[in-house]
Amino acid sequence: MNTLFNYLIFPGFLFTSIAGLALNWIDRKLTARIQWRVGPPWYQPLFDVLKLFGKEITIPKEGKDTLFLIAPFFSLGAIVFASTLLLLPNFISSSGFAGDLIVILYLFMIPGISTILGGASSANPLASLGVSREIKLMISYELPLVLAIFTPVIKTSGIITIDGLLKYQLTNGIMLKNPSCIIAFLVAIICIQAKLGSVPFDQSEAETEIMAGAYIEYSGLPLAIFKLSKMMLTFIAPILLITVFLNGFRFDNLLATITSLIKYLILFFIYILIKLTNPRLRIDQTVKFFWSYVTVFALIGVVLALLGV
Amino acid sequence: MNTKILTKSLWLFHCSVGSCNNCDIELLDCLTPRYDVERFGMLLVGSIRHADVIAVTGAMNIKSAERMKKIYEQAPKPCLVVACGTCACSQGIFKGSYSMPTPLDEILPVNLYIPGCPPRPEAIIAGIVNLINRLNRPPKKKRLEAKI
Repeated sequence: MNTLFNYLIFPGFLFTSIAGLALNWIDRKLTARIQWRVGPPWYQPLFDVLKLFGKEITIPKEGKDTLFLIAPFFSLGAIVFASTLLLLPNFISSSGFAGDLIVILYLFMIPGISTILGGASSANPLASLGVSREIKLMISYELPLVLAIFTPVIKTSGIITIDGLLKYQLTNGIMLKNPSCIIAFLVAIICIQAKLGSVPFDQSEAETEIMAGAYIEYSGLPLAIFKLSKMMLTFIAPILLITVFLNGFRFDNLLATITSLIKYLILFFIYILIKLTNPRLRIDQTVKFFWSYVTVFALIGVVLALLGV
Repeated sequence: MNTKILTKSLWLFHCSVGSCNNCDIELLDCLTPRYDVERFGMLLVGSIRHADVIAVTGAMNIKSAERMKKIYEQAPKPCLVVACGTCACSQGIFKGSYSMPTPLDEILPVNLYIPGCPPRPEAIIAGIVNLINRLNRPPKKKRLEAKI
C-alpha cells in the first residue's frame, strides 16, 4: 500500500507531473521574458495537456498501431519509476537498494528508446529521419553521461546506492569540491541538455527542418503522454545531478529547503541559458562534439577519480 | 470537448495554398516579441496532427484544392479553419481565373474570415480573439434568459 502510494502519488506520478507542469511554465515564461515577450499564463502547460486529452487520436494506416500507441506509456512509466527511485532516498533516509543508481540510469534511457519505437512505427519519412537522429544522439551522449555519473562512485571507492552517496556527502562535504567531480559535473550538464533534447541538441524534433520529428504522426492522448513525460524528465534530470554531485535535494529543515531550491534554480537557469544562447548543431557535429571533447573530458574525470583527486 | 479548454491553447498550423507570401509573413509577425500570441496560448506547430487551427493563406488553385482537402481530413477533430487574407476569403483579384476552381469556403467549413491584403498582425489577433469569444459564448436561448 505504501509502495503504491509512493509510485502513484508522492513522489511518483502525481507529484512529478505537477512539478513538471509548473517547471514547464517557468521554462516558457523565462524564455519569453529573455526574448522580451510576455509569455503564457501559469495554467498554459496544464491546458495544453488537457486539450490534447480531448482531441481525436489518429493512427497512421501503414504503421504498427499497437506499438505506436504503447510507446508513450513506456516513456511515462519509466519516468515514474525513475523519479520515485531518485526522490525517495532524498526525502526518506535509508530507502532504496544496492545499485539503484544503475537502475535509474537505465530507466532514464527508456524515454529516448520509446521515442525511437513510436517514431519508427508511425511509417512517416520525416519521423524516420527524426528516429535516426535520435539514435545517433543517444549513442553519442550515453557513454559520457554514464562515465560522468560514475566518477563520484569511483571517487567514493564504490558506493553505488543513492542513499550511500547522500550519506557520504553529509559527512565529507559536497562532491563538487573534488577536481575530478567538477569535470564530471560539467560533462553531465552538457549530456543532460542532450538527453532533454533541448536546443543545441534538438535535431531529433527540429521544428524548422523535420516538423516534429518522431512525434509527427502523434495526436491527442499519446502526444499528451509524450509531452507530459518530457516535462517530468525536465523536472527530474537536474535532481539526478543535485543528488550525485551537490549534496542532495532534501527538505528536512529550513536551511536545507532553501539551499535545495537555490541549487535547483541555478541548474535550471543554466539549462535555459544554454538553450537560448545556442543555435542547433547538425547531427554529425553533435556526434563529433560528444565523442571527441566530451568523452575525453569524462575519461579525464574518471582517471583523476581513480588517482584519488 | 470543452471549448473553454480548446480555446485556451490553440495550436496553429500554417498552410499556404498559393499565396504571394505577404499573408505568411504577417502571420509569422504575430509570433514575434512585438505581438507575441503565446500569451494567449497559441503556438505554431509543424505537423498537421498537432493542429487545432488551420490558418489558410492564398487563393486556392486546381492543384492545391485537393491537397487542402486532404490536409483538413488529416487534422484531428475538433479543428478550426481560418481564412487569412482577401485571397483566402474570396479569391481576391484572382476571381474568375482559369486555374482557380472554387473559393476556400465552398470545400471547407471556414470558422473565421480575416480580410486584408495582407491583414495586419493586429487584425489577425483581433480576429482570433473574436473567434475565441464566439466559441465561449453561451447558446442564444440562455443569453435571452439572462437578459430578462
